[in-house]
Amino acid sequence: MTYEAVIGLEVHVQLKTATKLFCGCRNEFGAEPNSRVCPVCLGLPGALPVPNEAAVIQTILTGLMMGSSIRPRAKFDRKNYFYPDMPKNYQISQYDQPLCLGGEVSLPVLAFPKDAQKEPQALAGKKVRLVRIHLEEDVGKSFHLENCSGIDFNRAGTPLMEIVTEADLTTPEEAFALLTTIREILRYGKVSDVDMEKGQLRCDVNISVRPVGTEAFGTKREIKNLNSISAVRRALKHEIQSQIELVSSGGTVVQETLRWDDARGETIPMRTKEQAHDYRYFPDPDLLPIRTEGRLRTEAERRMPELPETKKSRLRETYGLSEYQASVLASDPPLADYFEKAARSTRNPLTLANLTLNDYLALRQDSPDPMSIPPEYFGQLADLVSDGTLNSRQGREVLAILIQAPRPPKEIAQERGLTQISDSQVLEEFCREAIAANPKSVADFKGGKAAAINSLKGFVMKKTRGQANPQRIHELLESLLREP
Amino acid sequence: MSIAFATIHELRKQLLAKEVHPKEVVESLLDRISSVDSRIKAYNYLHPERALESAEKADVSLPLGGIPIAVKDLISVRGEPCTCSSRLLEGYIAPYDATVIERLRAAGAILLGRTNMDEFAMGSSTENSAWGVTRNPWDLSRVPGGSSGGSAAAVAAQEAIAALGSDTGGSIRQPAAFCGCVGLKPTYGRVSRYGLTAFASSLDQIGPLTKTVADAGLLLEIIAGADPRDNTCEPEPAPSFSTKLGEEIRGMTLGVPKEYFVSGMDPEVEAAMQKAIAHLEGLGAILREISLPHTPYSIATYYLVATAEASANLARFDGMRYGRRAPGCNDLLETYGRTRDEGFGREVKRRILLGTYSLSSGYYDAYYLRAQKVRMRIREDFLTAFRDCQAIVTPTSPMPAFRLGERTEDPLQMYLADIFTIAVNLAGLCAISLPCGFTQAGLPIGLQIIGPMRKEETVLQVGYAYEQSTSWHTLRPPLG
Amino acid sequence: MDHSVPTVGIDVAYVAGLARLRLSPEEIETFGNQLEQVLAYVKKLEEVDVQDVVLAGEEKGFQNRLRLDLALPELSPNEALENAPQQRGGLFLVPRIIE
Ligand SMILES: [Zn+2]
Repeated sequence: MTYEAVIGLEVHVQLKTATKLFCGCRNEFGAEPNSRVCPVCLGLPGALPVPNEAAVIQTILTGLMMGSSIRPRAKFDRKNYFYPDMPKNYQISQYDQPLCLGGEVSLPVLAFPKDAQKEPQALAGKKVRLVRIHLEEDVGKSFHLENCSGIDFNRAGTPLMEIVTEADLTTPEEAFALLTTIREILRYGKVSDVDMEKGQLRCDVNISVRPVGTEAFGTKREIKNLNSISAVRRALKHEIQSQIELVSSGGTVVQETLRWDDARGETIPMRTKEQAHDYRYFPDPDLLPIRTEGRLRTEAERRMPELPETKKSRLRETYGLSEYQASVLASDPPLADYFEKAARSTRNPLTLANLTLNDYLALRQDSPDPMSIPPEYFGQLADLVSDGTLNSRQGREVLAILIQAPRPPKEIAQERGLTQISDSQVLEEFCREAIAANPKSVADFKGGKAAAINSLKGFVMKKTRGQANPQRIHELLESLLREP
Repeated sequence: MSIAFATIHELRKQLLAKEVHPKEVVESLLDRISSVDSRIKAYNYLHPERALESAEKADVSLPLGGIPIAVKDLISVRGEPCTCSSRLLEGYIAPYDATVIERLRAAGAILLGRTNMDEFAMGSSTENSAWGVTRNPWDLSRVPGGSSGGSAAAVAAQEAIAALGSDTGGSIRQPAAFCGCVGLKPTYGRVSRYGLTAFASSLDQIGPLTKTVADAGLLLEIIAGADPRDNTCEPEPAPSFSTKLGEEIRGMTLGVPKEYFVSGMDPEVEAAMQKAIAHLEGLGAILREISLPHTPYSIATYYLVATAEASANLARFDGMRYGRRAPGCNDLLETYGRTRDEGFGREVKRRILLGTYSLSSGYYDAYYLRAQKVRMRIREDFLTAFRDCQAIVTPTSPMPAFRLGERTEDPLQMYLADIFTIAVNLAGLCAISLPCGFTQAGLPIGLQIIGPMRKEETVLQVGYAYEQSTSWHTLRPPLG
Repeated sequence: MDHSVPTVGIDVAYVAGLARLRLSPEEIETFGNQLEQVLAYVKKLEEVDVQDVVLAGEEKGFQNRLRLDLALPELSPNEALENAPQQRGGLFLVPRIIE
C-alpha cells in the first residue's frame, strides 16, 4: 500500500512595528536582556494593554494580500496557561473572531526547493487554502542554564501574526514552497522582514498519513517551533517517513507534540504543555473589540503592494523577460524597482536584465550600495553593451567603475579606452594577421572543421586585448576564409 | 477640634488662608493614626517621612494642595509596596505610578499611606487580609465592610481626610455604608484603571471615600478623565461633577426598585430607608416605584463574570518575576503550586477555582457566556428604568455591619450581602453611598443613589441635597 | 434565597491543577462542597431568556481605541529586575523549564 501525508501549518511571523503589540516598548531584536520592558509587558499588577494600530493594519494587509476575508469585527481573547516565559500566564490572542478568515496562496515553481523544481508537484500550480490569520503577543525568550532557566522579556509582547493553513499540503517540498511564498508576500507588504536568524518566522506543523485514495484523516502529530524553512522540510521528511513505517508495519500513530532536533535529525516528544490543552479562552475584558471597516481597512488597502505573481507576469510582458529573470527580480522588490527605472533609459531591457542579474547582483554582494548608481546611467550602459560598443566583459568593468564614482558610462568607456574596436578596416587587419600566422587552423577549417575558427578568433581577441566584438570577428574571419 | 477631623473643603479653606500648614495637617493625622489605628488597623503601610517631606513642599494653590489622601493597597505607587493585602505580593515594590496617583500628585495631594483590604479585593469584610482584620470604628467587634474596608474605616475614624478605594461589586459603597462615610463608584470607564491591580477588569472602578458628598465630587474630578493607557477608559475629559451641588431636587423623579424590598432585609435598614424616601419627598422629589426584573440573577451573574476574569487576572501571581516565591521547591510545577497555595488566602483560592472551572473546557457557554448575556439583560433593566426616573434610591446593604468571623466560611451568605450594589457594576452605572441613619446599636446605615452612565453630577446633586438637609454625616464614632 | 441540593460534580483537583494551586485534601473537600453550592445557586441563570442579546462592544456607533505605533520610555534592566525573586546576568531566574 502507498501512503500520502496530510500536512497543515501554523506559521508565526513577527511583525515589523516600532513598538510592541500592547505597550510602547521598542520591538527590537538583540538589545540588552530585559531592557525593552515596562509594567505592561512584564505583567506587573495594574498594568493594562492597549493595542498597537500598526500591528492591526499589518495583519489586515496580510489578509488582503492573501485573499482573506477581513472580518468587520474582531476581538482579542485570553489564552490561559502557565509558562515562565509568559508574564501574565495568559497570552492575548484571537480565538473565535480573528481579523482575517480564509484566503489562499498559490505555489509557483520557483518557490520549490531547487532540486524539486522539475518535479510534477512543483509544476502543478497548487493553491493552498488558509483557515485564518490572527494577531497575538509573543512570549519572552528562555535560556537553559545549569539547574534553572533564565528569562529575557524583551520579546514578550511583541506582535506575532499567526497564519493557519488548511491541511492541503502533501509533501515537505510543498510546505517549503508555501513558506517561501508566504515569506515573499510578507516582505512585499513590508509586514515583516521574515529574518530566520532572528526567529521572525516560526512554524508548527501537523502531520498525519493515510493510504492514497482514502478520505479519512489519520491521527496527527504536531511538531512545534520549527525556525527555518529548510528545517520544516527536513522535519516533515523525517516525520512522514517514520509515520509511514509505523503504520505500514501495523502500528498506530499516537497523538503527540514533538520538538525537532535539527542537528540530530530527529523528533523528541515534549513533556510539558500536554496537560494544558484546556486554554479557557475568553474575551479579554481589558480590550475593546476592533472594527476593521473604515480607517483600518482603508489604510491597509492604501499600503497594498503589487503582489509577487502580478509583478512577475508584468515584468515578463513589459520587458520580454524570461520566467526565471522575472522571478529573480520579483523576489527583490527594491531591485525590481531599480530595474524598472533603469529600463526607461535603455532600448534593450533584456540586456539590462542580464546586466542586472549577472553582473550587478555579483557586484552588489561585496560593495556597499550599488543602487547609488543613477538608474539612467545603468540604462545607458545596457545600450552600450547591446549595440556592441562594449562587450560584456567591458560592460562589467564600466559597471565596477560606476559603482565607485557615478558618471555617464560612455565617458568612462572612452576614458579607459574600453570601447570596442569597431573600425572594420582595423579589425580586418587583425584577422588577416591571424590567418597568416595560423596556417594549420586555416587548413583545418577549410577541411571542414568549423570549430577551428575559434583559435583564430582567440588570436584576434588576444591581439586586440579583448576590445573587439567576438561576434563581429567571427563574421569577418568567416568571410575572409571563404574568399577564394 | 483636631485638623484630622476636617473635610477636604474645610481644609482647603484653612490652607489657602494660611491658618494651617500642610505639615500640621500631616502631623495631626499621624497623631490620630497613632492613637486609634492600633484598635482599627485601617492602614497596611505608612510613610510618615515621605508625607512630611511632600507637606514641606506642598503648593496649596493646587486643587488638592497639601491635602493627605490614603490609598487602598492595590493601586500602584512608584517606589512603594502594593501588597493587595496578600502574602504573595510581599516584598514587591511598584516601579510605576497608577494614572490616579499621577493625577493626585499633579493636584498637589500628599500620599499618606496604604489602606487594608480584602486580599485582591475579594470580600465584603476586610477579614480576608494577610495583614490582619480591620475593625469598624463604630463597633470594634464588627467588620468595616469590604473590600475597601481600610479606606472606609480610616475616613470614618478620622485617620484620613479622604481615601481612594476600588469597587468591583460594592467594595467602595458597602464599607462606606458600614462605616458611615461617603463612597462613590464612578461609571465604568470614568476613571482609568491603569495601575489598579485587577480583580474583575470589566467591573473594577477606582473611586473616592470621603466625609462628605462635596468632597467625593472634588476628588472624583481630580482622578477622572481620559487615559490612553486604559483601553476601557472613556475618551472624553472629565466634566465638572460638582456643578449641580446645591441645586434643589424639587420635581426630580427618583425610582425605588420594588425587587429590592423583598425578603432578607434588616428591619432597621428598611425603616431607615423608608425615612430617607420620605425625606427626599420632603425635598420635593417625586418617588416612583420602578421594576428591575432581573435583580434575582445579579449575584449569580456577578460571581461567574467576576471569578472568571479574576482567575486569569490573578494567574500572573506566580512568584516568577516578583512577589514571594515558595522556598525549597524541587521543580517548576511545585514552585507554582506551593507559591500560590501559600501566597493566596482561602477566599481568593475559592474564587480562582470557581472562575477556572466556569471557563474550563465545555463550561464556557453555560456559565461565562450565559452570565455575560444575563448581564446585558440587567443593563437593559436599568436603561428601561431610567426612562422614568433620573436616579434610583436603594439601601446600600441589606444589613448593617456584621460581626467579625460571622460569615467567613459561608461564601454564599457573604456574597448575598452585596445584593444591592452588584447590579450597578454589572450595568456599568455610577452610584454613591451616604449615611442615612443608625441602628439602635449605633451602627451606620447607608443610602445608595444610583445614576445612569456618566451622570455622576446627578447622584452627587441628590446626595448633597439629602446630606445637607440631614445631620448623619456630622456624627463621629465613639473612639475618643 | 434558594439553597437547592447540589447537582454539579466538580473535579476540584483537575481545576486546581489548571489554576496551579496545590491544595490540601481538606481544602479540596471543603472547596469542592462550597463550589457545588455556588454552582447549584448559579444554575438559576438558566431561567433567563437570553435570545438576541447584544453583547457589550457589539453595539452600533462603537469606536476603536487604538494606540499609535510610537515608542514610550521603558524601565531600565535594573528597575525591571528589582523585584525578581532570583536574577543573574540580566535574566529572571526561574526553576528549570522542561520541554
Ligand atoms: Zn512594554
